[in-house]
Amino acid sequence: MKPRLLISYILLAFIGVMSLYPALWTVLSSFRVGNSLFSDHFIPQTWTLDHYRDLFRARADRYIPYAHWYWNTLQVATLSMVIGTLIQLLTAYAFSRFRFRGRKAMMMAIMVLGMFPGFLSIMAIFVLLNTFNLLDTKWALIIVYSAGSALGMFVAKGFFDTIPRSLEEAAKIDGASEMTIFMRIILPLSRPIITYISLMTFTGAWVDFIFARAILRSPEQWTLAVGLWNLVDSYNSTEFTLFAAGCVLVAIPITSLYMYTQRFLVSGLTAGASKG
Amino acid sequence: MNRHARAAGWLSALFMGLGQLYNRQYVKGLVMILAHAAIIYTTVVKLPSYLKGLITLGDKGVHLEKVGKMSKLVPGDHSIFMLIHGVLAGIALLVFIFIYVLNIRDAVTIGRRREQGASLRPLQNGLFPWMLLALPIIGVLVFTVMPIVFTSLIAFTNYSSPNHIPAKNLVDWVGFDTFHKLFTLGVWSNTFVGVMTWTFIWAITATVTCYFGGILVALLINQEGIKFKGFWRLLFVLPYAIPQFVSLLIMKNLLNEKFGPINKYFEAFGLQGLPWLNDPFWAKVSVIVVNMWIGVPVSMILVMGILTTIPKDLYEAADVDGASGWMKFRNITLPYILFATAPLLITQFAGNINNFNVIYLLTGGGPATIAYNNAGKTDLLVTWLYKLTLDFNQYNIAASISILLFLFIAALSITMFVRTRSFKEEDMIQ
Repeated sequence: MKPRLLISYILLAFIGVMSLYPALWTVLSSFRVGNSLFSDHFIPQTWTLDHYRDLFRARADRYIPYAHWYWNTLQVATLSMVIGTLIQLLTAYAFSRFRFRGRKAMMMAIMVLGMFPGFLSIMAIFVLLNTFNLLDTKWALIIVYSAGSALGMFVAKGFFDTIPRSLEEAAKIDGASEMTIFMRIILPLSRPIITYISLMTFTGAWVDFIFARAILRSPEQWTLAVGLWNLVDSYNSTEFTLFAAGCVLVAIPITSLYMYTQRFLVSGLTAGASKG
Repeated sequence: MNRHARAAGWLSALFMGLGQLYNRQYVKGLVMILAHAAIIYTTVVKLPSYLKGLITLGDKGVHLEKVGKMSKLVPGDHSIFMLIHGVLAGIALLVFIFIYVLNIRDAVTIGRRREQGASLRPLQNGLFPWMLLALPIIGVLVFTVMPIVFTSLIAFTNYSSPNHIPAKNLVDWVGFDTFHKLFTLGVWSNTFVGVMTWTFIWAITATVTCYFGGILVALLINQEGIKFKGFWRLLFVLPYAIPQFVSLLIMKNLLNEKFGPINKYFEAFGLQGLPWLNDPFWAKVSVIVVNMWIGVPVSMILVMGILTTIPKDLYEAADVDGASGWMKFRNITLPYILFATAPLLITQFAGNINNFNVIYLLTGGGPATIAYNNAGKTDLLVTWLYKLTLDFNQYNIAASISILLFLFIAALSITMFVRTRSFKEEDMIQ
């Protein structure tokens, strides 16, 4: 073997270990007996499912309502996905299919507002919700996640632009109303873009920490991100194996989704890059 | 000739709906007259006091009032409510004016159509897009535009703990005092300058390391003769697929000074463990390295995508000319990658300036220092403003930092926007 290739393989293996190690270590820790952060054996000597069981069991000496958190996260992510996707589709469809007064100006406004990183207004959102006593409710979080979703409509608009207009014209001649055209012709054709947007909004809400920590105050209302952060913060690594089990359960749905759609994501990212 | 249009226009300007009645659109006209009545009522009765509230922000805090013989504590003006009401009143006023103008315009168009003897029925799909857009527009107005306006206003008040928190105390307009404080006043300006300097150092280092790291890894996999390319790529993408907050919290544990595995391995080799997250210098190193772990896969994916788009004939031509592997890399591959990913550098730089998760979840901004006001040694401007809002209630300072950050990011985005346009028109490679 040529020396260049040998060195390359060594480097690749090294990077591979680096990429894999934290995840592998966490998964193995979640099956390890005891609660400590470090163990002399990388692979546990005795395997146990206790930590997974513990996550869903109430204990007197600590308060970790993991099942609550999971349920909250699921609720928030699902509802934000439904509302956010709907809003984004409606916006994109309106801009793609209709020519109305102020269309250009509004598209410019959407572009400019879209550049504004949402969490920079965290102060305002926090104070506004606080002033109106809306903090600590899941609905506040869901609305914050989905309200701005119209700003991300350009991908969907691009997709709608490619659906030929002759389809609608034919339907119109047959007497279909605008609503029928949207529901019966456009939506069934847009399954790929609906999948894409739903995936994005769902994972976005699932992994968000910034807004969740700002809005949700009491432990029963927390989502997984806030709960796990707090677990590390307040127990200071003393319940590591439990935390590891919690992490595995959070990461599994998202990680498998990402790995499954990996090729799709790659082409999406590069499409964005070549456009600039 | 345009008798109808003019008459209808003037009538509508006089009172909304009259022009429509003149055009014999009775239902529409009646609805508009009622709307105008409602508008007049609210403008006269409600708006002046709201707008006045926006200017004064209240003049009585909680105070004692004599009720009979006893003194009683009476709740005073709530400045923040007054501010919000004032802003809403301002928006309402603008909407009224907008509707008014639309109404006149509508009367004129319909009048003109009458003269031409055209049908008075409006175009069939005129309303449908607005029906679709109603919900999105409200969402964006309330949760994007309103917060931006509110932030810009708060930056010019003294809304902050401990002395200016309603409903106990009043909040006042203070002009540019907050910015003044941030730039020149002792501890605040020390913190601001310190945090800002680190934000820039961080953003530049993080961007450069991830960018070149990604290019290197991609080239490594893409070399001729390397087997299982798909496998390597899948392996390296893993860090990207794990939710960020999970991997960052795991990293925080890995780097734990006393019990973390990394220091344990160091000890096993007879080395002393390092204070990864507790020492200002090492904490900075840690966040940059961990950020590479998260960010390199993204750049790698992008570069691998670009590598597949390089036209093969370029290499064939080079082969014919007898170029060596290094020359091909130096003169074809590298320029191609750099050229195609250059705009990305700016996006990633802007993203890193606001890279909240890595800092907040890993170090929480720490290690803390007494030289800073409510900030630690690895705090970025975003994490600092987050803490100022949630933990310390320094809303006015947080607002002014938001504005400064926003102006900076906006300038970057606009430059990039303009640049990429000229970039596209150049088409140097193809």
